[in-house]
Amino acid sequence: MSNKRLPLYLRHAWPVRVTHWVNALALAVLFMSGLNIFSAHPALYWGKSSYTGRGPALQVTAREDGGEVVGVTRVFGREFVTTGVLGASAGPGGTVERTFPSWLTLPGERWLAMARRWHFSFAWLFVLNGLAYLAYAFASRHVARDLLPSAADWRGIGRSVLDHLRLRHPVGEAARRYNVLQKLTYLGVIFGLLPLVVLTGFAMSPSLDALVPGWVDLLGGRQSARTLHFLAAWLLVAFVLVHVVEMILAGPWNHLRSMVTGRYRVPAHPADEQAR
Amino acid sequence: MSRRAELPRRRFLARALGAAGAVALAGCDALSDSQWLPGVLGVGERLTRAAQRFALPRRARAQEFGEADRSPFFRSNGTALPANPAYRALAAGGFADWRLEVGGRVEAPASLSLAELRALPSRTQTTRHDCVEGWSAIAQWQGARLSALLERVRPTARARFVVFHCADPKEAGGREPYYESIDLEDAHHEQTILAYALNGAPLPIANGAPLRLRVERQLGYKHAKFLMRLELVESFAHLRGGRGGFWEDRGYEWWAGI
Repeated sequence: MSNKRLPLYLRHAWPVRVTHWVNALALAVLFMSGLNIFSAHPALYWGKSSYTGRGPALQVTAREDGGEVVGVTRVFGREFVTTGVLGASAGPGGTVERTFPSWLTLPGERWLAMARRWHFSFAWLFVLNGLAYLAYAFASRHVARDLLPSAADWRGIGRSVLDHLRLRHPVGEAARRYNVLQKLTYLGVIFGLLPLVVLTGFAMSPSLDALVPGWVDLLGGRQSARTLHFLAAWLLVAFVLVHVVEMILAGPWNHLRSMVTGRYRVPAHPADEQAR
Repeated sequence: MSRRAELPRRRFLARALGAAGAVALAGCDALSDSQWLPGVLGVGERLTRAAQRFALPRRARAQEFGEADRSPFFRSNGTALPANPAYRALAAGGFADWRLEVGGRVEAPASLSLAELRALPSRTQTTRHDCVEGWSAIAQWQGARLSALLERVRPTARARFVVFHCADPKEAGGREPYYESIDLEDAHHEQTILAYALNGAPLPIANGAPLRLRVERQLGYKHAKFLMRLELVESFAHLRGGRGGFWEDRGYEWWAGI
């Protein structure tokens, strides 16, 4: 059995585990319903309004081409054929006009009213859960203890970059702590991306815009805020992909268990591994 | 446990996760179609309404813009030309025979011509129109303050909402014209106007001539076009789908502040 392995230790406290999974669920629903909402007007602009005299920065659309539906994506005026992914994808009885593939949106069909219900309900869950996490993270000193890089972390940043490029993960005692890139990424997501996605979400609410008239212009205007909201959402997806890949590379079951039961087994040094 | 023994378990788990994902996706769609889930998700709307009403000072004004911010043209969404013979006849006559009926729970029901509406205290404002679909357009509106009109018709103590009945038939062969409703708090707001001018010119038909509502702290579908009749009510439960508006009856939020 595993008696030669290093012992399990409590890596994640229960408030972190609970808020982690609630956050994962909320973000999944928010992202998928958000894509459905975007489909109601699949174009992004920069500025205070959509009609400023400049065209959209991004536009997803479809056109007929010899009886075939062709998905088209325009980025700063340059046109790309994106059939199957953007603009047109599989539907009942062949390719149909659809901003995103059905499996990526909630609901699967374009349904703005229902997508908004999902989005705004889970936005509440997301924000309340996030606030609960922050309250815990500061009160328990989780931020100061586990997330803020130490002086030694900063000095070792070059080495950490190399380790990541070589897909080498810390073992032994070093694996008990987050590495510096990991710390910076989590800090960036928790205090950068997630607040940005909430703030740009607020900026799209005409009521909240009236709270302090003009505050939306700090984000470049309401349509800029909508664009930033969309970009932040995709950056979060990119983070999740890297996060999941890193966890798989660093030992998926160990990491998954530590985020479910809290228990994490410190990976042994390769030397110990051979001795076993 | 050996590594080899873990592999089939992992494969099984991976497949189980994939299957669970597919079930979750199908499940979400089934949930959306169910009777109860949209109701549960409606909790979000009630929370939002309560929170925004709480956070937003009663008199807080929507942002106003300068002339340079105006959109080159103001997009017409929804109905551009009502398929209603009575409306067409009024339009053909330059709306000279058009009158706005105001009734329901008021002490002094009224019927006002366009000239009478223009004589009421007015407001001119350059504001941003935010459509529920996601686009925005900026334009200058001029219109009679709804609060001034309400002062004249004197809502009774039981009046809680203003219902806006429109000329544009939407469905059911023209028997279901557009309608909307707002509460008295929004009705009395400084920027809530019955607009008769857009960018300094009489309101075009495509944008709701001769009169449309502007309720600037809410989304575009609240801004009813082609107004024919205002009705003060205690509740809109008895009206049509019972949710207080054409789009509300089709699942959109009555509180359109988000």
